[in-house]
Amino acid sequence: MIAHALTWRRERRVLPGFGLSLGISLTFVSLILLLPLTSLVGQLSQLSWSQYWFLITDPRLLASYGVTLFGAAVAALFNAAFGLLMAWILVRYEFPGKRLVDALMDLPFALPTAVAGITLATLYSSNGWIGRLLEPLGISISYTWIGIALAMAFTSIPFVVRTVQPVLEDLPAEVDEAAMTLGASDSHAFRRVILPYLWPALVTGTGLAFVRSLGEFGAVIFIAGGKPYETEITSLMIFVKLQEYDYAGASAVASIVLATSLALLLAINLWQGRFIKRLHGGRG
Amino acid sequence: MSIRISQIEKTYGYQGRGRTRALEPIDLDIHDGELIGLLGPSGSGKTTLLRIVAGLEQADSGSIHFGDRDVTRVHVRDRRIGFVFQHYALFRHMSVFDNVAFGLTAMPRSQRPSSGEIRSRVMQLLEMVRLQDFAERFPAQLSGGQQQRVSLARALALKPDVLLLDEPFGALDAKVRQELRRWLRHLHEELHFTSLFVTHDQEEALELSDRVVVMSNGRIEQIATPDTLYRQPANRFVFEFLGDVNRIEGDIEKEVLTCGNARVAVPGIENGRQELLLRPHEVCLDEQPSTRAHLPVSVTAVVPVGAEVRLELEADWLGEPWLATISHADFERLAITRGKRLFAQPSRLHRFDTSRPQTLAPLSAS
Repeated sequence: MIAHALTWRRERRVLPGFGLSLGISLTFVSLILLLPLTSLVGQLSQLSWSQYWFLITDPRLLASYGVTLFGAAVAALFNAAFGLLMAWILVRYEFPGKRLVDALMDLPFALPTAVAGITLATLYSSNGWIGRLLEPLGISISYTWIGIALAMAFTSIPFVVRTVQPVLEDLPAEVDEAAMTLGASDSHAFRRVILPYLWPALVTGTGLAFVRSLGEFGAVIFIAGGKPYETEITSLMIFVKLQEYDYAGASAVASIVLATSLALLLAINLWQGRFIKRLHGGRG
Repeated sequence: MSIRISQIEKTYGYQGRGRTRALEPIDLDIHDGELIGLLGPSGSGKTTLLRIVAGLEQADSGSIHFGDRDVTRVHVRDRRIGFVFQHYALFRHMSVFDNVAFGLTAMPRSQRPSSGEIRSRVMQLLEMVRLQDFAERFPAQLSGGQQQRVSLARALALKPDVLLLDEPFGALDAKVRQELRRWLRHLHEELHFTSLFVTHDQEEALELSDRVVVMSNGRIEQIATPDTLYRQPANRFVFEFLGDVNRIEGDIEKEVLTCGNARVAVPGIENGRQELLLRPHEVCLDEQPSTRAHLPVSVTAVVPVGAEVRLELEADWLGEPWLATISHADFERLAITRGKRLFAQPSRLHRFDTSRPQTLAPLSAS
């Protein structure tokens, strides 16, 4: 039966080049993704389970998990709101300079993260342009969790904007209009009609932004300052261990970041799949 | 609730930059409980007019009254209208039930019916559109016709003063369209809502409407009952828009129109160059020319559809081919095949160049 199904599918395939394109893709994925991952596992294999457990539960490292997760969560939530707002104005309104703002949205992707980090650190340090203004108010950004979240938010904002924007563009004006002809207030229409439409894209974008923030290094370290137990992020711990030639230790920490990120990405994908299936006729 | 549209005018674009007049000042009175069809080609302004009545667009000037209520400056959400969109515009993330209930649940808390009342009202509406078994489905699980019925139930949920439909059946296939039309007609007879719908399909307009408003280029060409519209078109545009039209152009001398080797007697017409029009069913065919008409044609296509046979006729003296519809009896009597040479006999000819349209009968002896 299965063999029959396979040959049938093979005969029916109309698009050419499946074998070649899949082959090239798999080779590429192996070289770029799987090989480095294998070496990571190779490094880890030098450790026993108890050594591994000891390494990843180091109190200083545990504190860094907390700092990283908290910073990434704040950044992701901030981006969910701000990214939605940006996507909204880019799609719904016409204003001079709109195309420029649209292009600027990708800047965090294009800019080397270290440059972003140094710039942010300079701006927000206690004698920087903005930091100087905030200092008298008792708000310090550099070397605090606010700075970490700020840097993470900066580098991950495009994820939210670029996932929400196309969905918002596809939202037919008629759907808004239908809600209005049914007497819905603007806020009711937004909550009940527009937000549910954007919800999958918004959650995906926010999730991606969160995962990106978990691994962010360059942009964060300059503004975070790296005070142990307070503003030390996990990726900085990896860097520190590498500098001490503790490759096995670095790999152990890296494996935690990797596992968390992969689990999150997988969860987002599964959730999104179910949500979309419901919209296209499945039962949710 | 009656609708009074007076001097509604709309222009798109900015001064000097591609300014287009969407609507000339328009006047239209719709009586309580009337079903009115807005008919016209695309770009005739019919949808713009409908959206202005709905409040989805603003007119540059003029006023709209629902009964005695001036709604010109009332926001769409407060106009108490029901609107049905061409592409349904259902909320795809909500079940059919929630879609229909949307208007009721969107009311401010103080006016909102209890959830039990909402439930019974929605189920009653779903029963009316014969979708009571589909309440828990999502829009994507329904066919186009079913989706449009949901959208109609949703629009009627708030008991609107006026129901507006924008090409409601335009996206559906012919058979479903026919069914929904009949069904809407029944619903209207039952509920007597005042209704205005837009269509570019003449048949739909003629079948559904109490009165039809024919529009072109932002103007109203004629407002009439379907019967009057078809029999007494106000002008050439209406005549041409409401069905297939054959044309003949030639020089007239002594009440005879000559065009190449063709001629036809047209009683009561003055000399000069003239274009005359006739409908496909006003073309008779014969094997011999008559004394009054000598119009040689040859049959180039034969389409036997329904109660009659449609023929395409060509001739040297014709700019574009004529269409003729004849009975099956005539079709068999003349043994018509493709390529057969025959003579056309117009039973009626219409002219629109005079101030009042004129119908001439060339076959009757004068």
